[in-house]
Amino acid sequence: MAVDEGLKIELGKQGIFVTSLQELYNWGRRSSVWPMQFGLACCAIEMIATTMARYDIARFGAEVFRPSPRQADMMIISGTVTKKMAPQVVRLYNQMAEPKYVIAMGACAISGGPFKQGYNVLKGIDRYIPVDVHIPGCPPRPEALLQALMTLQKKIGGQHLTGEDRPRFLDAKAQGEFPVPEQGGHDLEPTSNQGVWPVPLVIR
Amino acid sequence: MSAPWTDISMKLARQEGWNRPPVVEPDGEGELLELAMGPHHPSTHGVFRMDVVLDGERVIKLKPVFGYLHRNHEKIAEGTSYLASMPYTDRLDYFCSLTNNWAYALAVERLSGQEVPERAEYLRVILAELTRIQNHASTIGFLLQEMGASGTPLMYAFREREKILDLFESLTGSRMMCNYMRFGGCRVDATAAWLAAARKIVAELPAFVDEFETFLRTNEILMARAQGMGVLRPELAVNAGITGPMLRASGVNYDIRKVDHYGIYDRFKFRVPLGDHWDIYDRYMVRMLEIRESIGILEQALKDIPSGPVMDPKAKIRGFRPKPGESYGRIEAPKGELGFYLISDGSPSPYRYRVRPPSLINLTVLEDMCLGHNVADVVLIFGSVDIVLGEVDR
Amino acid sequence: MKTVNEIKAAIEAAVPGAKVEMVTNPGPSGQHSLLLDRTTAAAVAVFLRDDPELAMDFLSNLTGVDWLDKEITEKVKVPKQVVKTVEGVEQTVEELVEETRKRVEPGYLETVYHLYSMAKKHGPVVLRLRTANRTDKTNLPSFTPVWRSAEFQEREVFDLYGIVFDGHPDLRRILMWDGFKDHPMRRDYVEPDDFEYEPTAHDEVLARAQAHRAAVGMGITPQETGK
Repeated sequence: MAVDEGLKIELGKQGIFVTSLQELYNWGRRSSVWPMQFGLACCAIEMIATTMARYDIARFGAEVFRPSPRQADMMIISGTVTKKMAPQVVRLYNQMAEPKYVIAMGACAISGGPFKQGYNVLKGIDRYIPVDVHIPGCPPRPEALLQALMTLQKKIGGQHLTGEDRPRFLDAKAQGEFPVPEQGGHDLEPTSNQGVWPVPLVIR
Repeated sequence: MSAPWTDISMKLARQEGWNRPPVVEPDGEGELLELAMGPHHPSTHGVFRMDVVLDGERVIKLKPVFGYLHRNHEKIAEGTSYLASMPYTDRLDYFCSLTNNWAYALAVERLSGQEVPERAEYLRVILAELTRIQNHASTIGFLLQEMGASGTPLMYAFREREKILDLFESLTGSRMMCNYMRFGGCRVDATAAWLAAARKIVAELPAFVDEFETFLRTNEILMARAQGMGVLRPELAVNAGITGPMLRASGVNYDIRKVDHYGIYDRFKFRVPLGDHWDIYDRYMVRMLEIRESIGILEQALKDIPSGPVMDPKAKIRGFRPKPGESYGRIEAPKGELGFYLISDGSPSPYRYRVRPPSLINLTVLEDMCLGHNVADVVLIFGSVDIVLGEVDR
Repeated sequence: MKTVNEIKAAIEAAVPGAKVEMVTNPGPSGQHSLLLDRTTAAAVAVFLRDDPELAMDFLSNLTGVDWLDKEITEKVKVPKQVVKTVEGVEQTVEELVEETRKRVEPGYLETVYHLYSMAKKHGPVVLRLRTANRTDKTNLPSFTPVWRSAEFQEREVFDLYGIVFDGHPDLRRILMWDGFKDHPMRRDYVEPDDFEYEPTAHDEVLARAQAHRAAVGMGITPQETGK
C-alpha cells in the first residue's frame, strides 16, 4: 500500500509528510540492524576492519555489535563453520529473537570454501539455518560487507506486513527455531536440514 | 632472578611433576561452579572455549578446549601440490599471512635445496617486519579492549594496520591473504614507487608508536590490571616450548632471527627486548619495543635493498617434485616459532605436511598462569598470550 | 653442536641398553634422525635434556606420521629343479632361477621429535619412535613428563592418528569432538558420504553422485545417467 510519489513530493513542498505504516515500520527496522559479535575465522578480521574508522559500519545503522544473541538482530557468519561448531551456531540462531537475519560472509560460510574437502568442515551454514544474504570472497573486502548490509536493508525495506508473503516473524505458524544437529561418531546427524536446504532435482 | 634459568630448571627437573600445573584448593565454603567460557564470547580471539571451575570468582581449574576451527589443512596438503598449499598457509595465522608464507617457502627451499636471490630476501624481510608491526599493534589493541578500553586503542592500531594493508594490496593483490612468497623467491617485484610509499609509511610509524605509548604506558588501569598478573616462570616457559614475545617477556633470550640466522637478518642491527617481571605488562612492553626494533630493521632494509631478480632463475614452478627426504624449517613469526615439517617421497604432493603452531603450544601454560586469579583476569591473561584460532586448530 | 653420529655415541654411552639407529635423510636438508626403541626412549629423553653439553631443553615439534603396509615386489634367485637338455639328453638339474615375489611389509605409526636447545642455542636433534603395528600395538612412551610442550601435541597425535601415549596425564581428543570414532589423518581414512549437488557431474564426481543417490534411495536424475 504505497503512496504515489508525485503526490508525496507535492505535499512535501507544502510541509505535509505522507507515508504508509509499512514504509515507516520497515524504515525503522532497516536503519538499525544490530549485528551479533560472532567471528569465526579470517573473515572476522575483515568484519572488525569494517567496524573500524576507515569503513565504519556504524553509519549504516549497525552501530553496536552485541555479544548476546538475545539483543542482536543479525548474525554475520564470518568464517568456516566446522562440524564441531555447527551445533553451537544453530543454537545461537535459535536463541536470537525475531526478526532475525543471517549474512553468510565469505566462501567458507556459503559452501565450505577452500576447505571443502574436509572431514570437519561443514559445507555451508545454509544446510541448517536459512541465510538471507551471501557474500562471496575469501575474505570479502569490507566494502563487500557494506554492500551486503545495504542489500539486506533493501530486502527488509521491501517486506510486506500483511498478506501471503509476509516475513516469518509476523506469521504465527512459521517455524523460527531449527533443530540442532548432534555430533555422531563419524559426522553430524543429520547431515543437513531438508526443510532449509532441499537438494534440487535437475530435469533437463 | 639470582640464578640463571638454566640452573633452576636443571635443579627442578629432578622433582617429580614439577612442570605440571599447581593444585589450587578451594576456600572450603560454598559450591564450585563449572563454567564454559566460549566458544562464543566477546573476546575477539575466535572460537575458543575454556572450561573453568570457579570457587566464587577464583579459578580452581582451567582446561582449554579447541578444535572449533579445525579445517584439516594438513590433510588437504597431502592431496594437493606443494605450490597449491601456499594459499592455505595464508589462512593459518590470518593476521600475518606473509610470515606464514615465508615459513613454508623456507621449509620447501630447505627440502629441495633452492637458493633465493638477494632482492627477494630483502623484500621478504621488509614484508615480514611490516607484518610484525601490524600484528603487535593489533594484539595490544585487542588486549586493551578486553581490559575495558572499549575499542579506542584498537581503532588507533587498525588505522596503522590499514596503511600497511594498502601496501600489501598494491604489491601482492590482496589485503590479508597475500600468497606472495614462492619457492625460490617472491611472486612479483616491487616497483620504485612502492618502495617510496613504504619508506613514507615507515617514516610516519615512530610518531604513531609514540602516540600509542603516551596513552597506554602509564595508564593507571593498565598498570593496575597488568602488573604482577599472569606470571610465567622462565624455566616453565622453556620446558613448555613457549616461543615468541611471551618467552622473551619471561626473560629468556631466544629469538629465532638471531639463533638460526635465516634469511639475511645477520645484516641488520636490532636488539631483542627481554622482560624482568614475567607478567602481562612485560608482554605488552616487549611487543611495543619489538615494534620499535622492527621499524629500525625496516629503515635499514629499505635503504640497502639491491636491484636484481626476485625469483631464482633455476626454480621449477610447474611440475615441482622435490627429491625424497624431509626438512624442518622455522621462522620467528610474530606469535612465536612457526615451523613446517615436510616429508617428500618424490611425488608432486608432500607425504606428510605438518605445521608447528606457536599459538597452540603457547596455550600449554594457560592453566598455570590463570590458577588462583579471578575470572576477569583470565580474559586478560588469555589476551596476552596472543593466539589466533586458525593457527591453533589449523 | 655434535654431529648426529656423536650424539648417537653419547646416548649409547650414557643410557645402557639403548638401541639407537640412524635414519639418513636423503634430501639436501641434511637433517638426519635417530630412531629410538620404545623401552628406553624415556631415559634417552631425560639424558638429552639434562646433559650439560647437549642441553636439549626445548621440544619444538612433535609430528605423527602414518606409514601404510607396503607391498614389495622383488626378484629373488631361488634354487629350483629345471628340466634341461644337456648334450641331447633330458635331465633335471638344480639351477638358480629368478622369481618375482610379493611380500607385505607391515606398516607402522611413527612420531618425529625436533629438539632444540635454548641454553646453548643449537639444534635440531631429530628423534623418531615407531609403533609395532598400525592396528593393536599402537602404544608409545609419553614425553610430557620430560617436556611439557609435548602435552597438547601428543593429544593431537592421539586424536588424529590413534597412537596411545603411556604416561600422558590427560590423554583425550583435542581437535575433534569427544564422540568421534575415527582417526582422520590416517592414510586409509574414508570420509563420510557428505555429497552435495553438482550441476554438471562427470567422471569420478558422477560416480560419487550415483553412489550417493543409490545410497539415499532417490531416483537418478536424467542428467546423471552417465552419458
